Amino acid sequence: MNLKKIIPLVAVVVLLLGVISGCASKSGGSKGKQVIEIGSQSPLSGGSATLGDAIRLGAELAIDDQKAAFAKKGFEIKLKDMDDQGDPKKGVANAQILAADKNVLALVGHLNSGVAIPSSEVYEKNNLAMVSPATTATVVTDRGLKSVNRICARDDFQGPAGANFAVKTLKAKKIFIIQDKTAYGSGLAEQFRDQAKKLGADIVGYEGITVGEKDFSGVLSQAVTKKPDLIYFGGVYAEGGLIIKQARQKGLNMPIMGGDGLDSSSTVQIAGDAVKGVYLTSVAGDVSKTEKGQAFAKKYKEKFGKNVESYSAYGYDSAGVILKGIMNAINANDGKKPTREQVEKAIRGIKNYDGVTTKVSFNDKGDNTYAKVYIYKFDQAKYPPAQEAEISQ
Amino acid sequence: MLAQIIQNLPQVLIDGLTLGVVYAVVAIGYTMVYGILELINFAHGDVFMTGAFIGATVLFLMLGMGFLAAMPALIVFLIVIVVAGIATGLLGVGIERVAYRPLRRKNAPKLIALITSIGISFVLEDAVRFIAELKTGNYIVTAPSMFNHKFTLDIHHIMPFFDNATFQSSFLLVLAVTIVMLVSLDLFVNKTKWGMAMRAVAQDRDTASLMTINVNRVISVTFFIGSALGGATGVLFMIQYGTIDPYIGFILGIKAFTAAVLGGIGNIRGAMFGGIMLGLLEMFAAANLSLITHGAMGAEYKDVFAFIILILVLIFKPEGLFGKAVVEKV
Repeated sequence: MNLKKIIPLVAVVVLLLGVISGCASKSGGSKGKQVIEIGSQSPLSGGSATLGDAIRLGAELAIDDQKAAFAKKGFEIKLKDMDDQGDPKKGVANAQILAADKNVLALVGHLNSGVAIPSSEVYEKNNLAMVSPATTATVVTDRGLKSVNRICARDDFQGPAGANFAVKTLKAKKIFIIQDKTAYGSGLAEQFRDQAKKLGADIVGYEGITVGEKDFSGVLSQAVTKKPDLIYFGGVYAEGGLIIKQARQKGLNMPIMGGDGLDSSSTVQIAGDAVKGVYLTSVAGDVSKTEKGQAFAKKYKEKFGKNVESYSAYGYDSAGVILKGIMNAINANDGKKPTREQVEKAIRGIKNYDGVTTKVSFNDKGDNTYAKVYIYKFDQAKYPPAQEAEISQ
Repeated sequence: MLAQIIQNLPQVLIDGLTLGVVYAVVAIGYTMVYGILELINFAHGDVFMTGAFIGATVLFLMLGMGFLAAMPALIVFLIVIVVAGIATGLLGVGIERVAYRPLRRKNAPKLIALITSIGISFVLEDAVRFIAELKTGNYIVTAPSMFNHKFTLDIHHIMPFFDNATFQSSFLLVLAVTIVMLVSLDLFVNKTKWGMAMRAVAQDRDTASLMTINVNRVISVTFFIGSALGGATGVLFMIQYGTIDPYIGFILGIKAFTAAVLGGIGNIRGAMFGGIMLGLLEMFAAANLSLITHGAMGAEYKDVFAFIILILVLIFKPEGLFGKAVVEKV
């Protein structure tokens, strides 16, 4: 071999070795403390970014709060936040990334049930515990997965609670239902419809709309002819806000009711003044009611410069539950870093955790036995709405 | 059943007309470009969306500087729509220059240009989304509400089998502005020298170039006018519905394209008619479908209904309602 060819070859080999050793020294650098990462998955871009971002920031705050306690034990805790874009495909891809990272022991995750369901199959395979602040579809926990937990209420509790309130308290006799044909929207609307029927209300219409459209006057004209005394919408604020606005323009001044998908400041932004007289059921409690919650809201505002959204405190409590579980697992493991299986068990085993908005005890399916449904009403065009009622299981 | 449908008719007509004229103006953008280049410019729906966002930006800027309080809303609106129209017109010319003209110069197959237009449409959507969510992370933009005075059309009094219809002043605005746009475009194409040049290029590009017509310039003008109309309609859409996001162009673009096909693609008056008809059909279906089928099919099938009509029309008149059957060019 002639020398001219050998010199570049040697140069390349040296460069490669340098790169490899460079990487090695980097990963060996933080040897003083062991890293534990908490994953987070929620939509940080797209139509429900307002809610998704609130979950991430809540989790971040919880991790910041507990940094010192973990540092004492010799661990460094970090948040690994990912954007699921409210898209099941993206959620599953992110789940693979989280599962591959051995430092990730658990995650706060998913705003949308449709994303949580396929992603949790990946978590289950990898024993990665998920605590969801917001997924309400019944299927999420009904599959009996070991890794799946949630701290909020279920749709088969939220929908009927809304129907009870509509029929018994608001005295609605004729109800017009609109749903957005998604797993969340139609699931909620069906639960509402069945309970309302049982209570003797007349369902005068049950119509679907397409997500992404802006003109709902056709469906609403139909509502005008049916003269209902309550309109129920199963769906999210992007369409909900417009439906509220266009309904009021058509002179439909009866109460409009929706689920937790409307529980966002964006509903007010889109609907404007029309939002007055809108009721919503939410699985998220009003943090401004308790002292603990007010302190949380203040700290949140100071740190991020944003007001708390409905799910901020739930993101915080989800991360809190996870950290508590990990801490228990560390203690049970003689102060060594626990495995994912141990963390998974420890999280499921949590009883009477006292969070900012809710107490948490998981049952054997991973549902929170303390979860409540809250009913809110917009009296003025301002977020958050006023709490009207609080319903326990 | 029939009584209920008739009762509802005035309201359905008003809502359908609002949606229909929006389809109509966007459909013109498709049809003009097709007429001249035989290219289906799928980026046009997103030019419409960009117009809405440029309009919203101008509106917010004026709001920030306090113009909105100082000037009558109508003047503010005119400034916004003119700025957005010119900006999107230039955008359209730019797209043609950068994306389509190089292809045309190399005599690339038409399919390549079509795929390019789909690519441009993605670029526009994501560029606008990126800019819109820079600040808040939320790309749904809500414009300040204007022209929201409510009117009630008291038809019930005159003809008791009709229900009253309600609409907002924005409806009148949308209707008036689109009609002005449609009529002036029609005059432009049929009565001016430039319009004549456009028709000549549409008929036969090579012969037109022999008759001292600067074909590239005519194509640029066509893109400018089509895109400017599309962008201006975006502003109307924003005023009428209040909320916009970077994906409004997709569904609306597809429907406007359908409207253009329904009216006979390449024919401007056909596109106007097709758009209005599609809007009316869609609104009628959304309001009455569950009545007609006794609840078996809800409002969610409105698009299916509208497209079945389209298929029926195309089966019996493949060239569209106003299209002329194409005689092979020699």
